[in-house]
Amino acid sequence: MRSFLRDAFLKGMATMAGPAPGAPELEEVARALGERARRRLGRSLSIREVDAGSCNGCELEIHAINNPVYDIERFGLKFVASPRHADVLLVTGPVTWNMREALLRTYNATPSPKWVVALGDCAANCGVFAGSPAVVGPLANIMPVDLHIRGCPPPPLDIVKGLLALIEAKG
Amino acid sequence: MTEPRALADLIDGRMAGPDGYMRISVLPPIWEELAAGCAAGLHDLSALWADGKGMRMALSDSARGLRTIIDLKAEDYPSVARHHAPALRLERAMRDLYGVNPIGLPDTRPWLDHGRWPGKESEQRYEFLPVEGEGLHQIPVGPVHAGIIEPGHFRFTANGETVVRLEQRLGYVHKGAESLFVGADIERGTLLIGRLSGDSTVAYAWAYAHAVEAALGWPVPPRATLLRGVMAELERMAHHIGDVGAICNDASVIAIHAQCALQREDVLATSQACFGHRLMMDCVVPGGVAADLSAEGIGRVRGLLGRLATARLEIQRVYDSMPSLQDRTVTTGIVSPALARQYAAGGFVGRAAGRAFDARKVFSYGPYDTVEFDLKTRSTGDVDARLLVRLDEIGESVRIVGQLLDRLSPGPIRGESPAPGEGEGAALVEAFRGDVFVSVRLASDGRLARVHARDASWFQWPLLEAAVEGNIVADFPLCNKSFNCSYSGADL
Repeated sequence: MRSFLRDAFLKGMATMAGPAPGAPELEEVARALGERARRRLGRSLSIREVDAGSCNGCELEIHAINNPVYDIERFGLKFVASPRHADVLLVTGPVTWNMREALLRTYNATPSPKWVVALGDCAANCGVFAGSPAVVGPLANIMPVDLHIRGCPPPPLDIVKGLLALIEAKG
Repeated sequence: MTEPRALADLIDGRMAGPDGYMRISVLPPIWEELAAGCAAGLHDLSALWADGKGMRMALSDSARGLRTIIDLKAEDYPSVARHHAPALRLERAMRDLYGVNPIGLPDTRPWLDHGRWPGKESEQRYEFLPVEGEGLHQIPVGPVHAGIIEPGHFRFTANGETVVRLEQRLGYVHKGAESLFVGADIERGTLLIGRLSGDSTVAYAWAYAHAVEAALGWPVPPRATLLRGVMAELERMAHHIGDVGAICNDASVIAIHAQCALQREDVLATSQACFGHRLMMDCVVPGGVAADLSAEGIGRVRGLLGRLATARLEIQRVYDSMPSLQDRTVTTGIVSPALARQYAAGGFVGRAAGRAFDARKVFSYGPYDTVEFDLKTRSTGDVDARLLVRLDEIGESVRIVGQLLDRLSPGPIRGESPAPGEGEGAALVEAFRGDVFVSVRLASDGRLARVHARDASWFQWPLLEAAVEGNIVADFPLCNKSFNCSYSGADL
């Protein structure tokens, strides 16, 4: 264990400098604020992740934003275990029929005001699974989406920049 | 009573195809005898799927180096699960998706069909298996879990702290992937196969590429074969090191978790720099690879290997020095060697319980047939053994990649595409969690007629149910993480 501490001391911090929020994401969130008259949730957000049919690629990169390099918690963004504690639902996958009800129940269990973020190409437009009879359709057809973070899967830096838009947007 | 029949009896001078599989058409009685042969331990069940108007079963006998695909031209066919329990979920799934009828299926509850698909809606309740006894209570968990993981339902029956039964219900991330392959071209198939289970995207793409190449006689340049090996080992090391940390995290040892997460990030950043994608999605394609490794990239990978080799030893040293951590992992979540054998459990789940199977060794394929590495096994079958096998395997992967890089010489990375046509091929590739099997059938117009992919998880999920029995509820996350089965890969 001491070797870890020695390493940390000698090599310095592994954590990268904080990026600026993504410009397109800022714009999308600002638009959502205007159109849906949602008030800003503040500078600290609790996120509940829901996999609604992903291939688990997006989950791998969401895990990565919690690692010491990206360290999303330093921005006041943290992942919580229950939708009842959440301000933000972070949804991945093309939304399968088999997950639809669980997703809606999770949405309904999240107290208002709340944000919904569609993460990955599947959540945006079903990605390569578009047209499958087992898939309901893009997340935005099922619930109001405030922010899309695109990619297959989006790299961690893009996820961080996208989520930062939620706390930086001027409502 | 059906007499078990050994695969070896059926061969009768037949030759394997270019993919290493012998294809044999049988009648129902022989099919049933082969199923009984699985139960008697004469050979392993590797896959079971519906194709066209019939059923296929991949069987293997690793001692004799035999691999076969058994073909039965009937949709009403003798259930394999009636003799051999590991086939149960496969048969329930195929019944839901293709309407085939395994006669004598011991459990006729749907598996992937939750009664939600348009046109097939049903209000019927899913009945969990009955559990009787004094002082028992049930804990339903999921499909939405507390962590950032895939969805699935776990029904625990516990007596106080002790789990007396776990029953899984999966299928929540069923995306109808197999139906999307039908009629698609080979390129679209490549995109789909790489997204069946994102964590094994390289392994799936490789297995699919092998199968397509065998079907069409598509040559693969030597440099591409070496690069496939490099990518597959990077994928393996990333998940092994990440999961070792995640297991320790479930025992609240955050220091190891943070170290492992840094190492994992190092692998993914190197993959991004060398191949243009952190998970190397769509990098392996039929005929070769889509991304070359530059001279600078070779240097980067070598640097990574050095760092990983050192980190692995240090992480193991720290793990070994923490009795409070081992208190959680040793004797927790035991898989017996008998069960590992019966289910032909692949990957570290099998190898930690003494099953010395690794597709890279047993049914070896290039480039692994010419590199030196050891097959690492343990015998105790607990969380500790699975964790240590994975740490050992990181060391072997470092050895493998070093040898592959030494042998890289300039050359093309993709073979000339042959004329499209009819054909069939299958492949078994060792992903980080175990062997994945992919079978491809091409129609005469060169489009995909049927693709079936069997994740290693099909034969590991049921063992997790067994491993948890008698453990305390609080140790379930450790057990689960030490398996790290794929939901998406098994929900199709």
